[in-house]
Amino acid sequence: MTEPTPDACTECLRRAWLLAELAPYIEKIATGAPGSRSPELLRLSNEDLVAAAAPAAADRVLSGVEALPGSRMRGELMAAGCWACCRHDRGYPAGLEDAADAPWALVGRGDTRLLARLEPEAAVTVVGARRASSYGREVARELARELAAAGQVVVSGLAFGIDACAHRGALEGGGLTVAVLGCGADVSYPAAHRSLWRRIGELGLILSELPPGTGAWRWTFPARNRIMAALAGMTVVVEAAERSGSLITADLAADLGRDLGAVPGPVGSRLSVGPNHLLAGGACVVRDAQDVLDAMLGAGVRPLDRHGPPLEPALAEVLEAVERGEQTSDGVAAALDLGGAEVAAALATLESRGYVTCSLVGVYLRTTLRAPE
Amino acid sequence: MLLSTRHPRDAVRQPRRILASSRTFTLDGISARPVRVEVDIRRGLPAFCVVGLPDAAVREARERVRAALTNCGFEFPLRRIVANLAPASLRKGGPGLDLPMAAALMTASGQLDWPGERRIAMVGELALDGCVRPIHGALALTEAAREAGEDAIVVPSANGPEAALVDGIEVIPLESLAELPGLEGGEAVERPAPMQLQLSAPAGGPDLSDLRGQRHLRYALEVAAAGGHSVLIIGPPGAGKSLAAARMPSILPPLAPAEALEVARIASACGRLNGGPVGGRPFRAPHHTISPAGLVGGGNPPGPGEATMAHRGVLFLDELCEFRRDTLEALRAPLETGWVAITRTGVNRRLPCRFMLVAAANPCPCGRGEADPDCSCAPLEVQRYQGRLSGALADRIDILAPVRQPSAEEISGVAGEGSAPIRERVVAARERQEARLGPGRCNADMTPAEARECEIAGDAAALLAEAYSRRRLSGRAHDRVLRLARTVADLAGEDVIGSELMAQALQLRRRDHD
Repeated sequence: MTEPTPDACTECLRRAWLLAELAPYIEKIATGAPGSRSPELLRLSNEDLVAAAAPAAADRVLSGVEALPGSRMRGELMAAGCWACCRHDRGYPAGLEDAADAPWALVGRGDTRLLARLEPEAAVTVVGARRASSYGREVARELARELAAAGQVVVSGLAFGIDACAHRGALEGGGLTVAVLGCGADVSYPAAHRSLWRRIGELGLILSELPPGTGAWRWTFPARNRIMAALAGMTVVVEAAERSGSLITADLAADLGRDLGAVPGPVGSRLSVGPNHLLAGGACVVRDAQDVLDAMLGAGVRPLDRHGPPLEPALAEVLEAVERGEQTSDGVAAALDLGGAEVAAALATLESRGYVTCSLVGVYLRTTLRAPE
Repeated sequence: MLLSTRHPRDAVRQPRRILASSRTFTLDGISARPVRVEVDIRRGLPAFCVVGLPDAAVREARERVRAALTNCGFEFPLRRIVANLAPASLRKGGPGLDLPMAAALMTASGQLDWPGERRIAMVGELALDGCVRPIHGALALTEAAREAGEDAIVVPSANGPEAALVDGIEVIPLESLAELPGLEGGEAVERPAPMQLQLSAPAGGPDLSDLRGQRHLRYALEVAAAGGHSVLIIGPPGAGKSLAAARMPSILPPLAPAEALEVARIASACGRLNGGPVGGRPFRAPHHTISPAGLVGGGNPPGPGEATMAHRGVLFLDELCEFRRDTLEALRAPLETGWVAITRTGVNRRLPCRFMLVAAANPCPCGRGEADPDCSCAPLEVQRYQGRLSGALADRIDILAPVRQPSAEEISGVAGEGSAPIRERVVAARERQEARLGPGRCNADMTPAEARECEIAGDAAALLAEAYSRRRLSGRAHDRVLRLARTVADLAGEDVIGSELMAQALQLRRRDHD
């Protein structure tokens, strides 16, 4: 006996197809104030939306969409390997019901049984800059890995930088990750993330409010941000420049009364402006997954064992050197007056035990794993 | 043989005949092919033409031959002269054909009666005053002459020591064209003393003790030298990347005599042997603007590129990311096989290029590295740059050696270990590898099957398995770590790879981009 597959009523599916039809028109009126107006527009009823976006073509568009038979739309979904789930369906994610501008139907890929796990209390949205620094990427990855390992669902947007690292971290942590796209769920955008998109489709969920095959428009990104904000109980911004889309997500989450967290960054960095601004405005300080769990579930409700395996004294010394800011094997060797071979063995052991990470160019960074007392 | 003095009408009735010929060889890549120079002198308007696919240098030989002959007191016949270079299908290059052309012309015009019945080849470039100038590739030409069964070869006297390296053929050094008739008597000419081949870099050359600090880089270079692994050095400008790379040959094991001859043959073909023997293993550092043909060889006839010139030595690619993509791609197959295969219409040549690859790159476009607060690169630029780094030949590079700017104390501090003791350890490690894999082989060219046969201690295997699953190593990366671990163990003198040694190999390995 299989689970009942989620379904969408024809009316809600038509809404999705209407959005796809209107995408170029909305693009035109939403470009004045880049993106920000799209979530408001999406609150409107079909008739008002068409009247606002495409007054000249209103009748044609409306009658065209209303004439779409449900069987044809379902056929298109099936052909693209997608399913849909509408607000009248039992499987519709609970978090979206809080939002006035929630999508009527969600088109998705992946195992439909995972939809049931998408509760706001059990989901965290991790977003941030596309052009992230290696610090931000590493933090996002580790945060997502630990959250996923602790059973939280990690929601993000498959974009370059922080988003992709959050997804990768969650997959590494063996947890569920959800990618919300600003294009059809069967389209890998950006194309460079095709393999990641495929893995999420196999192990997690890919969601979109647009029908399969729809391309990405500028307005669809803030629109999908509202879905990400609503799906999760907490939104964490890792790195964001001053006018970043991640801050739109944060604003939308705050509007919904969701928790907001930010990872502090160096005050001088352009990429820290966003999160530091949120922190100044009262967002939770997120240093690691424990901070997120404490904020969502209450302090001490789910303590993470953040202690790594025991360390020999020689390894502890090397770890201390990395903590002091020695980032290369050479630097550690010079600081501790050790030979190259010893340092190599020590750093590799520390890396394999999870205390440090090494970048592509051999820069070592300390993780948040604590050494046992 | 004397010039015909018959009436033109009689000449028409006579069959055409070749009046004189001489034997020579022309360089083709780093080997040589036999060429016969035929000269025909007829009545007619004075002319001198060369046929048989000559290149520009050969065509210009006409002027040099004419001047050299007259300046040495010989007669340049004012008749119609045709020089044919056979086989006509082979492209001939270089000025080495001057001397055989002059000799054939002298024979045809009755000014020389030599070598008669003996098979004697000759090569050499002529100066306008008749001096015989050194040529490229005398070693390969002499070897080819021996293979072709020549009794002797006449070479420019400056190339004598080089040609004398080849046993089994008489070498006749020639100073000037004017001496040629003096050989008619057939007295034995004293064989020049063969050149001494240098098996290792001369003392007093670049030494690793010049590198201050950088302990990890030293260690990485030692492992690279011990196992023949290619290495990528990443670090800011001025950290000593090029300095360290240039000292790589000094810690490599000395050349075997046969290898030294290979090196000398290539150096000779590229004209680098004229100033005396090349010291030990070659070190080549082409600029990043080099073309694919410049790097792996090319042209018509195919000539050796930097990769071949680095045979048995080190090829250093500084600023790896700045090299053209197609240039680096061209290096892929040669790195794997140790050969460059060049195909031109009708010509198919294989040039040897078994070298060690040392590459260097900056950590980001501005060079300072993201960790440096002064780094002015946008994160996206850094990402793109590092993506390029992982694309550029990355799967052929075993070791990653990150370096940083040494501190003031390190620069002014005591000198590090010199090259000699390091080389001793490297030689010992190589001996262990040869005992296991066979002569001339090293860990870097172990097959995957051989790599998996290496004995690994239980905890070391667990460490590798853990890294395999956690860092998502590919199968290729897995084998690479095994090869590195084997080298680390050979350096340590261990038969079984323990966990400490495996950890060192894991740390040294190049990281994959994801």
